[in-house]
Amino acid sequence: MSVSHEQVRHIAKLARIAMSEEEIERLVPELNNILGWVEQLGEVNTDGVEPLATVIDQKLRLRDDAVTDGNIRDEVLANAPDAQHGFFAVPKVIE
Amino acid sequence: MSELTSKTIAELHDGIRSGEFSAREVAEAYNAAVEAARTLNAYTVETPEDALAAAEVADKARANGDLPSLAGIPLGIKDLFATRGVNSTAGSRILKDFKPPYESTVTANLRKAGAGMLGKLNMDEFAMGSSNETSTYGPVISPWRRKGSNMGLTPGGSSGGSAAAVAAAIAPGATGTDTGGSIRQPAAFTGICGIKPTYGRCSRWGIVSFASSLDQAGPMAKSVRDCAILLEAMAGFDPKDSTSLDLPVPQWEANLTSDLKGKRVGIPKEYRIDGVPGEIDALWDRGIEWLKDAGATPVEISLPHTKYALPTYYIIAPAEASSNLARYDGVRYGLRVEGVKTLDDMYAATRADGFGAEVKRRIMIGTYVLSAGFYDAYFTKAQRVRALIKQDFRNAFESCDVILTPTAPSAAFGIGETTDPLAMYLNDVFAVPASLAGLPAMSVPGGLDEQGLPLGLHLIGNELDEQTVLNAGLAIEERAGFTARPEKWW
Repeated sequence: MSVSHEQVRHIAKLARIAMSEEEIERLVPELNNILGWVEQLGEVNTDGVEPLATVIDQKLRLRDDAVTDGNIRDEVLANAPDAQHGFFAVPKVIE
Repeated sequence: MSELTSKTIAELHDGIRSGEFSAREVAEAYNAAVEAARTLNAYTVETPEDALAAAEVADKARANGDLPSLAGIPLGIKDLFATRGVNSTAGSRILKDFKPPYESTVTANLRKAGAGMLGKLNMDEFAMGSSNETSTYGPVISPWRRKGSNMGLTPGGSSGGSAAAVAAAIAPGATGTDTGGSIRQPAAFTGICGIKPTYGRCSRWGIVSFASSLDQAGPMAKSVRDCAILLEAMAGFDPKDSTSLDLPVPQWEANLTSDLKGKRVGIPKEYRIDGVPGEIDALWDRGIEWLKDAGATPVEISLPHTKYALPTYYIIAPAEASSNLARYDGVRYGLRVEGVKTLDDMYAATRADGFGAEVKRRIMIGTYVLSAGFYDAYFTKAQRVRALIKQDFRNAFESCDVILTPTAPSAAFGIGETTDPLAMYLNDVFAVPASLAGLPAMSVPGGLDEQGLPLGLHLIGNELDEQTVLNAGLAIEERAGFTARPEKWW
């Protein structure tokens, strides 16, 4: 499988990264090179092999359903590029 | 003062405890050395006052006779760790000026053991790189140079700042993180020790995520003993990390021994690969002799899926990265590009401006292999091959106790010398299989090559068996007699 210019533009859109036509053009062969190389995994017979989910066997823990955090609004907002009235502010979404 | 910076952490601890010198003198010596070495570009932030504050606590504690293991030891902290109130940017422009309101568990553990912080260490952006060249702050320059050359060399990556700092004696020890070799390859390139513990030993809480199923923190230091001391302080169960292992931390330092009687050392035949310089194979053979001399028996083992480890890694790691890095959206922290109309355009413009070329490349690969129609062919397939790689190691550890290989397929290369992404990925050919299997692994310096550059030997242990890895590392350290340090030019 190899990716086309169109597909790379689509992936960039999915990844929310703005890209010029020149950048996309440059990425097409780079990505194809890498994808062509990882496709050697096709040689490996994985019939009946379960995909690995956890690398060290362990059970997922449950914790008590208790509030352990909170009341740090100003700390949470301190790094925001734009915080207003105790909220994160973003460009207008609804006209 | 400069002789203080040549001491190991164990020696510094003893000296502070006995009163031979004060913790304040140690902190001052290191603060001065850090300032004098800015040419190396190893630190992105310097925090001399933090190192001095920890020293003051240590000097007071000494008066009361009770010193924790790292009392007054000033450490370098990789920029991937969140440090309260101090820039933590993962080497990325998108986290420019990010000051976390919290402290990572690993650095908090180090502080509990008495350590101070010299500053934050430069690294490849989001830990994606093997040469430190992808950092938004520019590359770290290795203190090492080829004989008769003053060309700038890379310290390796992604923990390149950590490696350069320890090698240049501008930190007695440093934290690193290892997703696919990022502690071990730079340790090898700079002639120091570094260990990645079993996945889950060190909490990932407060470490900027790259590939969560692979990321592990670990120490980098001058000696095997120092690595044991640091790892003991860093490790431990943390309820805030769902993959943290709920197990006591072994006394790795107290149990260190270079007596390997009865231990079997696996030599994987698949690690003899074409194109590796003869000097590296020769060092590997010397490593086998050293471990034999320490009482171990070498046995040939087979890890049949070795050649598929790198391609597996380059599906899984970018897939996890593309998902983890979705959080950088210009809303809650970090960079935001203004002047675009819609929210969607703001996301796309911010991420275009904030991420470097290698990070974008990996996000693109990851997004593709997780996208509708390709998920099974790439991601699920890679997870199946990963299960086979894990099984290879399970089988191997039925006939051996520790595995010996070279750490990297070459010595350090020049800055700007490797421009092809695939060629760069090949640096981690020996390191990545242990990462995919979640196993503890360590690099220990073995010698210098013909150009005068360090080469490392790599030890891989069974799950939770850091002790045998450290012990074999100590056996090599005692026999290799590696005392070379880079000649100071900075």
